[in-house]
Amino acid sequence: MLGKNLDLQLEALQSYAFVARNFNLVKRYWGWELVWLAYSTATSLAVAFIGEGSALITGQEDIDTSFFTVYLLIGTLVWRFLAGLFDNISEMIQWERWEGTIEYTLMAPVHRFTQIAGQAGFAIIYSLIFTMIIGLAMTAVFSLDFTGANLLGALLVLLAGSVSFVALGVTASILPLLYPERGAQMTHIVQAFLLLVSGIYYPIEVLPPVLQVVARISPAAYVLEGIRSAILDGTPTAELWGVILPLLALGIVGMPVGVWAFRQAELYAKRTGKLKRVG
Amino acid sequence: MTITEQVDALTVRSVTKRFNVQRPPIWERLRGHHRAGADDVNGGVARPDTEKRQVTAVDNVSLDVHRGEIYGILGPNGSGKSTLVRLLSTLLIPDAGTVQVFGLDIIRHEMAVKRLINRVSVDAAFFKKLSPLENLLYGARLYGMSGREAREKSVEILGRLGLEPRTYTQPMEEMSRGMQQKVAIARAFLTQPILLLLDEPTTGLDPRSKHEVQDFVNELRDVHDATILITTHDMGEADSLCDRIAILDEGRIVAEDTPTGLKALISSNGHEPTLEDVFMELTGKKLVDPNEVEPAVA
Ligand SMILES: Nc1ncnc2c1ncn2[C@@H]1O[C@H](COP(=O)(O)OP(=O)(O)OP(=O)(O)O)[C@@H](O)[C@H]1O
Ligand SMILES: [Mg+2]
Repeated sequence: MLGKNLDLQLEALQSYAFVARNFNLVKRYWGWELVWLAYSTATSLAVAFIGEGSALITGQEDIDTSFFTVYLLIGTLVWRFLAGLFDNISEMIQWERWEGTIEYTLMAPVHRFTQIAGQAGFAIIYSLIFTMIIGLAMTAVFSLDFTGANLLGALLVLLAGSVSFVALGVTASILPLLYPERGAQMTHIVQAFLLLVSGIYYPIEVLPPVLQVVARISPAAYVLEGIRSAILDGTPTAELWGVILPLLALGIVGMPVGVWAFRQAELYAKRTGKLKRVG
Repeated sequence: MTITEQVDALTVRSVTKRFNVQRPPIWERLRGHHRAGADDVNGGVARPDTEKRQVTAVDNVSLDVHRGEIYGILGPNGSGKSTLVRLLSTLLIPDAGTVQVFGLDIIRHEMAVKRLINRVSVDAAFFKKLSPLENLLYGARLYGMSGREAREKSVEILGRLGLEPRTYTQPMEEMSRGMQQKVAIARAFLTQPILLLLDEPTTGLDPRSKHEVQDFVNELRDVHDATILITTHDMGEADSLCDRIAILDEGRIVAEDTPTGLKALISSNGHEPTLEDVFMELTGKKLVDPNEVEPAVA
């Protein structure tokens, strides 16, 4: 019993190593973080302005522009969060390969699950803060009215979706292990594809049938469906289980698959000498 | 897990590691450019007749390192020293053979072995924007050390290695290569490994720093009961530091003995043979005529 507790303490400390390291990196690369924040805020604002302009664009006076703006705003903010999560985790290997530290991290007595938990913990906190700052900028520009919106339910859906996005990120992070040169670009393709099929800025019903089928297994599609219905329609939390459960299921299946795949990729790299080598 | 006195620190049995060599692009192959000698990559032994072109970096190596020993590995560039060190540090999986660290198989008891070892390699790889302390703290936490303990120890070790305190909190990228190498050494010492794998730890250090590192290695063995495996291109260092030395050539051990024993192997022409003479003699075939070894390859 005691041994078990001590082990948990050790795993927690090891996980924290990744959280602390990543926050230190954010601190040291603060200039870059600012640039990225400014860029993201501008892009998100640009998307939301499409909603504001919808009546002018179509020439139809009776369009509910504020509904449309909030619809797009939810899309862009949720995507900021999920993409941030995905980036952070899928870059786990790429970053260390670039710095050259990958061998030291992989030879430390750390379970992959512990490493991923630390990386994911950081990614969730970081992306939440990042998205909240952009969200605040939005409220300063647009007059938004959230009366009747189920914000707590929306947050629950977002967190439930985080698990499966972490799993997706972990799976994508092995690409740079398998393909040292092209791996990083491949994770970007995965991300672009998720953006396309998940109905971030439009209902998935407008997609060609084939893509609609793919959308059904994209966790982002469920997250958006749930959050839009919580905020725009004020759906009570009790009725959000229809999206929360599939999200949790995707996450619960996805995480072990992701960790397993990661471990296989690590073994493959160690058999073929694909970890970085110098000296 | 208890570590008994009798068990060796390191037991390597018939370990072999081959790498696939990148095939040249198809248009080069069609023009036949890859033929003629190009199969021998960096002195490794390639097998041109097999489907995939391979280089045997470590070839059927067996060795024992006793507890508390400082064991040296010498060999020309590309002879497989770093590959061997990577195999011992669980960064590569051998194609054949077994490795045991204090009686624990490195594949089956990977996690337990990882707790016992650490490695310094010739390239001091760090998060370049982070400071030495931030880097060391990260490394130490991975080994289960608390932040406070890690900070105290880091400062102590960095001081011992002669690094100025003002550099502790500056980004690593602002340090010279030798200074970075010292931080790399501190990173390994910090986790108190009982088997320390040093891959050219003193390459790039000035003479005084070299001595500081060598003294520290001796101290680790004498005071902290560590076992050390070290590769180096510095014959003087090998001679003074190592209890026993293996000489590696094209992935094979061609000699293994105490420094004195090795020197006794070769005839002295006029003067006392040095370790450098031994190195030249035992690995010198290629220096004489690079084409001489080709037949063995083909
Ligand atoms: N990951 C790898 N993938 C492909 N080939 C490799 C890999 N690692 C080593 N090799 C090859 O294996 C051989 C041995 O290399 P190794 O780095 O072990 O030599 P070394 O003795 O450490 O040399 P040096 O003294 O230059 O450091 C070389 O032919 C090298 O090209
Ligand atoms: Mg080497």
